[in-house]
Amino acid sequence: MTADKIVFLLCAALIISSALMVVTTRKLIHAALWLVAALFGVAILYAILQAGFLAVVQVVVYIGAIAILFIFAVMLTRKEMLDKGAQTRSNWWLPAVLGVLILVGLVFLILGQPIFSRTAAQIPVEVDTLRNLGTALVSQDGFVLPFEVASVLLLAALVGAVYIASGNNN
Amino acid sequence: MDFLNDPLNFIAGWMRGLLTGWGLADGLATVIIYFIGITVLIIFAMTLDIILVWVERKVVARFQDRLGPNRIGPFGLIQPFADIIKLIIKEDITPAGADKLLYNLGPVLAIASVIFLWAILPLSAKIFGVDLNVAVLYLVAAGSLGTLSIIVGGWASNNKYALLGAFRMVANMISYEIPMVVVLLIPTILANSMSVQGITQAQSGMWFAILSPLGLVIFLISAIAELGRSPFDLNEAESEIVAGFHIEYTGMKFGLFYAGELLHAFTFGGFIAVLFFGGYGGFFGLEKIGFFSWLNNPFIQAMVFLAKAMFGYWVIMWIKYSMPRIRIDHMLAFNWKFLTPLALVVLVNTAILSKVLGGLPNWGYDLGMFLSNILISVITVEILRAYGRKQRKTGVKLTPRGVQNQEQAV
Amino acid sequence: MQNDWLYVGIFLVIGIIVPIVPLVFSRLVAPRKPNPIKQSTYECGIETVGDSWVQFKAQYYIFALVFLVFDVETVFLFPWALSLKQLPLFVVLEGVLFIAILVAGLVFTWRKGLLEWA
Repeated sequence: MTADKIVFLLCAALIISSALMVVTTRKLIHAALWLVAALFGVAILYAILQAGFLAVVQVVVYIGAIAILFIFAVMLTRKEMLDKGAQTRSNWWLPAVLGVLILVGLVFLILGQPIFSRTAAQIPVEVDTLRNLGTALVSQDGFVLPFEVASVLLLAALVGAVYIASGNNN
Repeated sequence: MDFLNDPLNFIAGWMRGLLTGWGLADGLATVIIYFIGITVLIIFAMTLDIILVWVERKVVARFQDRLGPNRIGPFGLIQPFADIIKLIIKEDITPAGADKLLYNLGPVLAIASVIFLWAILPLSAKIFGVDLNVAVLYLVAAGSLGTLSIIVGGWASNNKYALLGAFRMVANMISYEIPMVVVLLIPTILANSMSVQGITQAQSGMWFAILSPLGLVIFLISAIAELGRSPFDLNEAESEIVAGFHIEYTGMKFGLFYAGELLHAFTFGGFIAVLFFGGYGGFFGLEKIGFFSWLNNPFIQAMVFLAKAMFGYWVIMWIKYSMPRIRIDHMLAFNWKFLTPLALVVLVNTAILSKVLGGLPNWGYDLGMFLSNILISVITVEILRAYGRKQRKTGVKLTPRGVQNQEQAV
Repeated sequence: MQNDWLYVGIFLVIGIIVPIVPLVFSRLVAPRKPNPIKQSTYECGIETVGDSWVQFKAQYYIFALVFLVFDVETVFLFPWALSLKQLPLFVVLEGVLFIAILVAGLVFTWRKGLLEWA
């Protein structure tokens, strides 16, 4: 087992256990913070994959903005910080069994694919992936349309948020 | 002589030889060398932090026409060490009803988010932690962990004032993060690089402070807001919410928040030096002349860098101890209605001019950039003046609305 | 490249451990005599009223929303800024258009009065 694999396994364990804590913890703020831990684990995964830009963006956007938004939402909308209701229904085992079955099926299907026996091509050191990304984002034969559409999408999100917020005020 | 010219690689090479000589694998040796190097770097940062306590107290005393600490040791130099001993032996009180784990996590995360920044701080061309190719965004990412630490600390204290301070601070930090990130794009464009070494080396001929003075000003303002220092210290507004998010913290935990703030201010001084004042270099080509070649020595460079960082820190202190506190509605309005649009205008200006002026010789490029910034400043001031005139003419009274706001502004 | 991130990873671990050291040290030497009065919430000496985890102004949430949109936008701009030197002027203007669309959002928010603290 290489060091890479050990780090990956630790990281995967962190992500899965924090994700479990998100849905099982009773304190809402704790759930939000466990979500931060899970998202940070994903950032570590990106770093292992040598995608430094994505790793940093993961922290900036998901932890710096979205998690903060969640925490704000929880603090501002809920009077009760503790969820006192029952966490499971009486027939909880049915979806659990179904979920496990689907997982096993998917794992078998995916393991049958040839992608797992292939090793990834080594990224040449001299290729500047970040610059290539930038060029691809704005060149005509690249992704210029999705790039501008992303801007419009963000605008739509902002307008929607403003509409809902101002609707409450009036 | 190798040690003087490239100290880190010299020591690392020597240690690698030693460790592999003991039969360790090369990868393990790398990890151990990193481990030792990082520990030394962090201990250096923390020691500097202790000295900063003395610097801060001495400088604020001068601003307020006092003497400052002067009893323990020469010029009171031993004072911060006495402070630390005092903080450590003080009882650590956890308020009833606090969220124990998060309550302890808050101060640790607060200072750790600052320490993380030292990983990319380039002390000199040869003395630095790591030269990430996304260093500029790493700066923002570490800042967002700092935001998290405040909300965690404020929430876990089980105190209304703490939560209120945390809310204000987070609103402050996330708002001013926008102009900061936008302005961080400017050195990126000018240097055509996101790594701190690349940005530093791009300034060996001309500081970005001259190419983009407005960018510098916006970065300084948003850095102060990010630090939560006066005039943006609403988070701890002593007269209203006592100390804000760290109201319940005692002893060493308070000490960590305090030390974190000082080190953060100094580190931002360092980043201002890196991004706009040429970091460890930026001698306008002087170092290429044979007589001044000693400027290329890593230790001299580190001295130059620390001096520049200290200057940035001093400017931040100067502003802190000269400005009154700004009101929260003013603070948010100033950011969203003035600083963010201005930052975007400066960014667009820099992006277009870097293309348009790209063909010119260096002096023409520099002059064009500088003059365009001056032009934008003049236009901004004129717009503000016209706005002020209109306000006076229509006779809008600020006071009643302000009073109303203060009552509501929780 | 990978070594860079290994360095950062080790840095994050040590950076968390170092601040814990003085806290542990303090726990060893500092006195601990808690009592209910000492542990009560400090709110200017007045008895605390009600629960501390109360609802706050929803205005904070609006600013967080606007922040989120702009944060995502600026992240998109970093690769663009990096490749600026190799691109023709026309392509640079595409980035400017990207910014302009979001400025429209800011102006809309402004006109709707959502940026007022009230």
